[in-house]
Amino acid sequence: MYLYTYDGTFEGLLTVVFEAYERKAWPVSIARAYLVQPDMFGESITVVTDDQKASRVWSGLQKKLSVEAQQALYYAFLWEQKGYEMLVFDYIKLVFDSPVSIEGNYAAPCVLQLQQVHKQVHREKHRMEAFVRFQKTSDGLYFATIAPDFNVLPIVINHFEKRYADQRWVIYDLHRKYGAYYDLASTLLIDLEETGSKALQAVLLGNVLDEEEDKYKQLWQVYFDHVNIPERKNPKLHQRHMPKRYWKYLSEKQPKIDLKSERLM
Amino acid sequence: MDSRISDKLKILADAAKYDVSCSSSGGKRKNDNKGLGNSEGMGICHSYTEDGRCVSLLKILLTNYCIYDCAYCVTRKSNDVQRAAFTVQEVVDLTINFYRRNYIEGLFLSSGIFKNADYTMERLVRIAKKLRQEQKFNGYIHLKTIPGASEELIKEAGLYADRLSVNIELPSEQSLKQLAPEKNYTEILLPMDNIKQQLVQAKEESKLFKSAPVFAPAGQSTQLIVGASAENDHQILQLSSGLYKDYNLKRVYYSGYVPISSDSRLPIITGPPIIRENRIYQADWLMRFYGFSASEIVDEKQPNLDLEIDPKLAWALRNRYMFPVEINTADYELILRVPGIGVKSAKKIVSARRFAQLSFEHLRQMGVVLKRAKYFITCQAKSLHRHDFDSQVIRRKILFGDGAVRSSLLTQQLDLFRQVG
Repeated sequence: MYLYTYDGTFEGLLTVVFEAYERKAWPVSIARAYLVQPDMFGESITVVTDDQKASRVWSGLQKKLSVEAQQALYYAFLWEQKGYEMLVFDYIKLVFDSPVSIEGNYAAPCVLQLQQVHKQVHREKHRMEAFVRFQKTSDGLYFATIAPDFNVLPIVINHFEKRYADQRWVIYDLHRKYGAYYDLASTLLIDLEETGSKALQAVLLGNVLDEEEDKYKQLWQVYFDHVNIPERKNPKLHQRHMPKRYWKYLSEKQPKIDLKSERLM
Repeated sequence: MDSRISDKLKILADAAKYDVSCSSSGGKRKNDNKGLGNSEGMGICHSYTEDGRCVSLLKILLTNYCIYDCAYCVTRKSNDVQRAAFTVQEVVDLTINFYRRNYIEGLFLSSGIFKNADYTMERLVRIAKKLRQEQKFNGYIHLKTIPGASEELIKEAGLYADRLSVNIELPSEQSLKQLAPEKNYTEILLPMDNIKQQLVQAKEESKLFKSAPVFAPAGQSTQLIVGASAENDHQILQLSSGLYKDYNLKRVYYSGYVPISSDSRLPIITGPPIIRENRIYQADWLMRFYGFSASEIVDEKQPNLDLEIDPKLAWALRNRYMFPVEINTADYELILRVPGIGVKSAKKIVSARRFAQLSFEHLRQMGVVLKRAKYFITCQAKSLHRHDFDSQVIRRKILFGDGAVRSSLLTQQLDLFRQVG
């Protein structure tokens, strides 16, 4: 009974794999150090992240796995649901212990689960690429907040860098309290709460916005209403594609802006 | 000023929405010039309408003024609706500002025909050109080709657009004469053929020169209206099968006719034929991804698709001699033909059985849906049911047995048919 703890990074998790092989001491659980409760049973091993050990494990995997399977492993790490560390470990162990490629062996539980997790995380990534709504601020920055089910921000950055190469943007994860800022040259990970800005909301309001922001948001709402065909109404299908938990971020699902009444005020 | 644009948007989005295509996939445009946007690979649905359709593109008409009088169309000359027209700049501004906020993948631009075909087409091309050249826009652009537009304009359109499409709308020449007297098949098929030639030529040139100009890299598509005229499903599927083969179309879209018009040339229906449209799409998928030919799905004897069950199940019930299929040994092509097993499941099965003899439990864990499939497969020579059922019994069990969920829409629409019939 070995319980491993690590620092919560991907490299840390790969170091755990290295240590487990070195000691021939297979874990029954792996957890982030600060989350672990002292346990009366079993021996606890604290692993210090070591980039060299991690990269030895990773290059070993690269020799035996397709790019897609490597990606699936990383996605499983970003999944962050109960038992994800053991899933990653079990899969890696099966890869190293098996003389032939295990990809596609869906009869093995961890291969099947990894494939399912890969799909879940990929779907969430795709949803973020679809449902991010930027608001333009008065200094020309495009700002969006997200709160994804899984930690997909690191894997959506590339998509937004390619697409919005000529505008500055921020995508901020409200759950995990960090964001990505693209400054026309490169993307940095940022932490807005530490810099002392007031509590962030899903939607920016008022005077920080560009003067045309409300106009385009309203036009988008108008478009959304008029592209609908009422004769074909199908709320079940609508919600399956666009689950309610995402609505708070979607401009088209927010209270209607009426420009005329605003002008009167 | 703002409320004027907003009013135009209302009118011109309303008028464009019956064009069902909203695909933005298959493009190859990269953001190499550090401009705005890209359209590589998969398209993205940024939102969904309350009728459950994907919103990927800003889909609008440039204008809904039209010199034609096609019975099925809201924009027809004789219809008493509000008319509006965007300026070139207004369309450009809307597209860019929506795109920058991640609302859309790009623009789908169509138009009513004002003055003449070339005059209209020239404006559509000008918008695309402006987006590409002045705004450095690499997002997706789908342009509708106006029937009768000149070859030069189509050629130019293909330089800026990712996809071009000419809508056939009515599945036979006879219906076209009846419902759209100013149009004719030659006028529609000619530009279609034209685009095809250009696509082939561009492809050949790109093999020779890397820098050869691209021509509509996402290919061309078309749309057929279902239920506005008398064609049966056999005629419709024969036509689309021919279009895929002869014109290399990427997609044929089917639009269940929404009774928007009280024109006396049209049938009186209470709601759009949503179930029929869905079955035709399923049949279309069978032709494109499952190796079925149109004549296997429907034929002269049974010219219409069964509305109660999907076309693959219907085919399997007619061809019981092909089953059961042994999951551990059958060819991929045959596994694809098992009702309820899709492309992904079939691939997973073929991959997993290299490692182990598969059981029903394995299939269940892999996420293979057995509700329909279980009547048509064996795993290691074992079957999930003890008796051999005849086709009628299987049909009944799938439709009304345990775990049979019928959408309220299906029940409603089928009941409607019973009442009428």
